[in-house]
Amino acid sequence: MSVAQRRHPLLPNLDESLVSKMLQKVGASSVDELFSDIPPNVRLNRKLKLPEGVSEYEVRREVQARLSRNSTPPGSLCFLGGGVWPHYVPAAVESITSRQEFYTSYTPYQAEMSQGMLQALFEYQSLMCDLLGMEACNSSLYDWASAAGEAVRMAARVTGRRKALIAGNAGPQRCAVIRTYTEPLGLELETVSFDKKKGTLDPEDLKRKLTTDVACLYFENPNYFGVIEEGVSSLVEIVHGAGALAIAGVDPISLSLVKEPGAYGADVAVGEGQPLGIALNYGGPHLGIFSVKDIKLARSMPGRLIGITSTVADPNEKAFCMVLQAREQHIRREAATSNVCTNQSLMAVAAASYLSLLGKWGFRRLGEVVISNSHYAAHRLSRVKGVKSPHFSGAFFKEFVVSYPKTSAAAVYRRLSRKGVLAGYPVQKSFDIGQAGLYCVTEVHTRDDIERLAGALEEAV
Amino acid sequence: MSVPSDRKVAARFRDPGALVPRSMRRQSVGLPELSELQVLRHFNRLSQMNFSVELGMYPLGSCTMKYNPKVSELISGADGMKFAHPLQPIETVQGLLSIFYELERYLSEITGMHRFSLSTAAGAQGELAGVLMIRKYLRDHGQGKRSEILVPDSAHGTNPASATMGGFQVVKVPSDSNGQVRAASVRELCSDRTAGMMFTVPNTLGLFEVEVAEVCQAVHDAGGLMYYDGANMNALLGRARPGDMGFDIVHLNLHKTFATPHGGGGPGAGPVGVTRKLAGYLPVPVVSKGKGGYTLDYDLKHTIGPLKGFVGNSAILLRAYVYIRLLGASGLADVSSLAVAAANYLWKSLDAEAYPPSHGETRHRKHEAVVSVKSELPGAALTVAKAILDHGMHAPTVYFPLIVHEALMIEPTESEPIEMLDEYAAALNEIYREMKAGTLGAVPAFTSVGKIDEVKASHPMTLRVHW
Repeated sequence: MSVAQRRHPLLPNLDESLVSKMLQKVGASSVDELFSDIPPNVRLNRKLKLPEGVSEYEVRREVQARLSRNSTPPGSLCFLGGGVWPHYVPAAVESITSRQEFYTSYTPYQAEMSQGMLQALFEYQSLMCDLLGMEACNSSLYDWASAAGEAVRMAARVTGRRKALIAGNAGPQRCAVIRTYTEPLGLELETVSFDKKKGTLDPEDLKRKLTTDVACLYFENPNYFGVIEEGVSSLVEIVHGAGALAIAGVDPISLSLVKEPGAYGADVAVGEGQPLGIALNYGGPHLGIFSVKDIKLARSMPGRLIGITSTVADPNEKAFCMVLQAREQHIRREAATSNVCTNQSLMAVAAASYLSLLGKWGFRRLGEVVISNSHYAAHRLSRVKGVKSPHFSGAFFKEFVVSYPKTSAAAVYRRLSRKGVLAGYPVQKSFDIGQAGLYCVTEVHTRDDIERLAGALEEAV
Repeated sequence: MSVPSDRKVAARFRDPGALVPRSMRRQSVGLPELSELQVLRHFNRLSQMNFSVELGMYPLGSCTMKYNPKVSELISGADGMKFAHPLQPIETVQGLLSIFYELERYLSEITGMHRFSLSTAAGAQGELAGVLMIRKYLRDHGQGKRSEILVPDSAHGTNPASATMGGFQVVKVPSDSNGQVRAASVRELCSDRTAGMMFTVPNTLGLFEVEVAEVCQAVHDAGGLMYYDGANMNALLGRARPGDMGFDIVHLNLHKTFATPHGGGGPGAGPVGVTRKLAGYLPVPVVSKGKGGYTLDYDLKHTIGPLKGFVGNSAILLRAYVYIRLLGASGLADVSSLAVAAANYLWKSLDAEAYPPSHGETRHRKHEAVVSVKSELPGAALTVAKAILDHGMHAPTVYFPLIVHEALMIEPTESEPIEMLDEYAAALNEIYREMKAGTLGAVPAFTSVGKIDEVKASHPMTLRVHW
C-alpha cells in the first residue's frame, strides 16, 4: 500500500512511519506480506470498482440534497399507518439515544462496565410488562413482523403441534413474514375469516377451525383495519379451550385506552415499538416487542433478557446482567430458541425514555388526543362525496379504512401524494372488501391538516 | 410531558375514552411520573455507567468495534429519512432509493456477488435468509432430501442456530491442529444429504482459511451450496472477495465492517447477497432500477418471502453508504491493511509466554488475534477480562471460539492509534504478571459496580420489577 501523501481522519495509523513501526514489530517486510497466505487464485488483483473517497463536506452536501428530494413532512402530510405510524418523537428521547455512551457501546458482555445499558434495557422490559400486562418481555427483536414469526415458532415448539391459525384481518406483511419464518417447520397456516361489516374476527369461523392440532391463534388488536377486537376475551377463551396459545399483536400507543393483552388472557404479546419515540426511518430500524404472560414460558423465549441481581461482594448492591443465556445462540448454538444476536437495543432505550417522559398521565392524554383526532377525521371524511368513512362499523383507535364505491384505491393513493398528502394506502385485494384505503390519524395532525386531507381526497376521488 | 391537542377537535370529544367499547377499556397504566429534567438526569447518569468506543478501546473479537463517523449520525437525522414512511409511493422517495441502489451495487462489487437484498436487519437474519434460500433452491431442483449443513467447530453460535431454524441438521466440521478447515475433512463429511456449508473467512481464530476454494469445490461437488458469514470482512476489503472464492451466498454486518453504530446491542443491518443463479430467491423487497426510476421489487420469481415488515433498516443502510463514500476504493483497501497490521502488531506486543497463540503461531493473523491465557488457575481468561476493565478499556471477547482453551479474541480495528495498541498490550502483560505473582486482588475494582453475581441472576423472577 502506498501511504505517502495520504491522510484520513478515520485512519490514525495511515502514516509511513507508523506502518513501518508496526511491520517491524511483526517481522514483516510489507503490508502485502500480511496477506500473502491468501492463495493467488482468490486474490483481488485490482482496485475495487468504487468511487474514490470524498470529504465529509462533499458527502453531506450530496446526500442531503438527495434526501431533500423525498416528499415527506413537514413539506407533505403523512396519514399512513399499516404497522408503523407518524407520532411525535420528543426532543429529549433523541437527546438520550444520541448519547455516544449508549449508541457506540455493544452488547453488555462485560456487565460491570455496561450497567448503564443493562439498566436502561431492564427498565424497558419492566415498563413494557406493565404496559402489556405481561410477566416477561425481552430486550427487543427486529420488528413486529419478525417478532410475530418468532412467536408462532415458539408456540409450535412448546405445544408440539403442527398447525397455526392466523387472523384474516392481520397485517399482510406480518402474515407474509410469519409464513417465511415458519416454512421450515412445515406448519400448516390457516386463516380465520373476519366480519365484512364490522371488521372484527369471526368467532364462529375460529371455532370451526380450532382443532386439537392447532398450536396458536395469531391476531392483532387493534387489527390491520384499525378496528378494536371487541370480542377478544371470548376469542381467547375459545383458543384456550383447545389448548392452544393466544398470540396478540399490538400497537403500544393503543394500550393507553384499550385493554392490554395480559388483561384479556393473551399468552404472548408481540408488537411494534416504533411509536414509542422512534422515527419512521423509511422502514427501520424499529422495535420488535416480544413478551409472555406465564413466567415459565420465559425459558422458551427468543432474544436477550436482562435480569436484576447483586454483586458478589455485597448482596444489597443491585446490579444488572444478561440472564437465561442458555436459551441463546452463543451458548446453546443449534439448540437455541432462536438465532438472534444483535437486536434493536438502542431502540428499546428510546422506548424506555419515551414512556418515562410521557408517564401515566401523559400517556393516557396521548391516547385521548389520538382517538379524538382519528374520529374527527373519519367523520370529516364521511362528508366527502364518493367515499364511505369509516368503512367498517367496528370501534377503532387511530386507523380506519375508507372505501371508494367508484374509484380505484391505487388512483386515490397516487393522486393524494401528488398533492403532498400521503394517505390511503390501498387495502390489498385479498381482503376482498372492494376499493379501499387505510388512513392513520395521530396527535401530530391538526384540524387544518385534516381539512387539507379532506380537500385533497375530494379532488382525488 | 407535552402532547399537542387541537382545541377545536378536543371540544367535540368531552370523553374520548368513551369511544372505546366499555368491555375493552383499559383500567390504568402503571408508568412513572417524572419531569423531563428528572428523566434526562436519570438516563445521563446511566450513560455515565456505560463504556463505549468513543470513550476507549473496545477490542471485542469479531464485533469490529470501529469508530462510527459523526457525519453519518447527522445525515441520518435528515427529515427526508426520519419522516419517510415505508408505505409512501416510491415516486416520493426516489432520492433515498437511489442511495440504496448504489449501496447495493457497492456491496456486490466489494463481495463479488451478483445482487443483494438490503432487507435483513442483522447478520443472524441474513444467515436465516441464506439458509432459507439454500432450502428453497434445493427443493425447487428436486434436491429437497438434503438435510445437513456443515458448520466448522470454530463457527459463531448464530451459524448452527440459523441452520436449525431453517430445518437443517448441523454437521460439525473439525478444525485441524493448525486452526484450518481442510477440504479433505469437508469431503469426508459430504454426502447426498449435504445441503451446504456455512464458512467464515478469515475464521474466528483470525486466520485465513487457505483451502477455502477447495472447500467450496468439495461442497459443490457434493451438490451443496456455500454460505459466507461476512462478520470478518474487515480483514478482506479490497484484498479478496467471497464471490471469487466460490461462495454462493454472502451476508455482511454493516454495524461491523461498514461502521454503523453498535447501539448497545443493535440496531444493525445484515444484507444478504447471492450469485446470479440464486438472485430470484432473495428476501423481498429488493431495490431495482427501471426506466421510470427506482422501485421496490416484491415479485422476485422464487423469493423465500420477506423476513422483515418493511424495506430494511434504512437509517442504518444510509450510514453504511456514507461510510463507503467517505473511504472510497483506496480508503477501504487501507482499512483492511491497517486493521490487519494493527491486530498483528498488538498480538506481537503481547508476552508470548503469557498469551500463546491458539494455532498457527508462525502465521500472520488477519484482523483479529486469538490467544489463550496460560495459567493453572481456572477462569484465567475471565480474570484477565475483568482486570482490564480497571484499566479503563474493554475486555476482548472471552471463551470464544469454543475450540480454544481460556480464549481471548482481540480485534483492535483500524480506528485505534498505535499508542492505544501499545497501552492495551502493556495492560494485558501487566495483568498477567500480577496474576502470576498473586497480587491482582479482586477484579474489577474501579467499574461502577464490582463483580456481579451472574449465576444468581439466571432466574425468570429477576426479569422485571413489580410495583
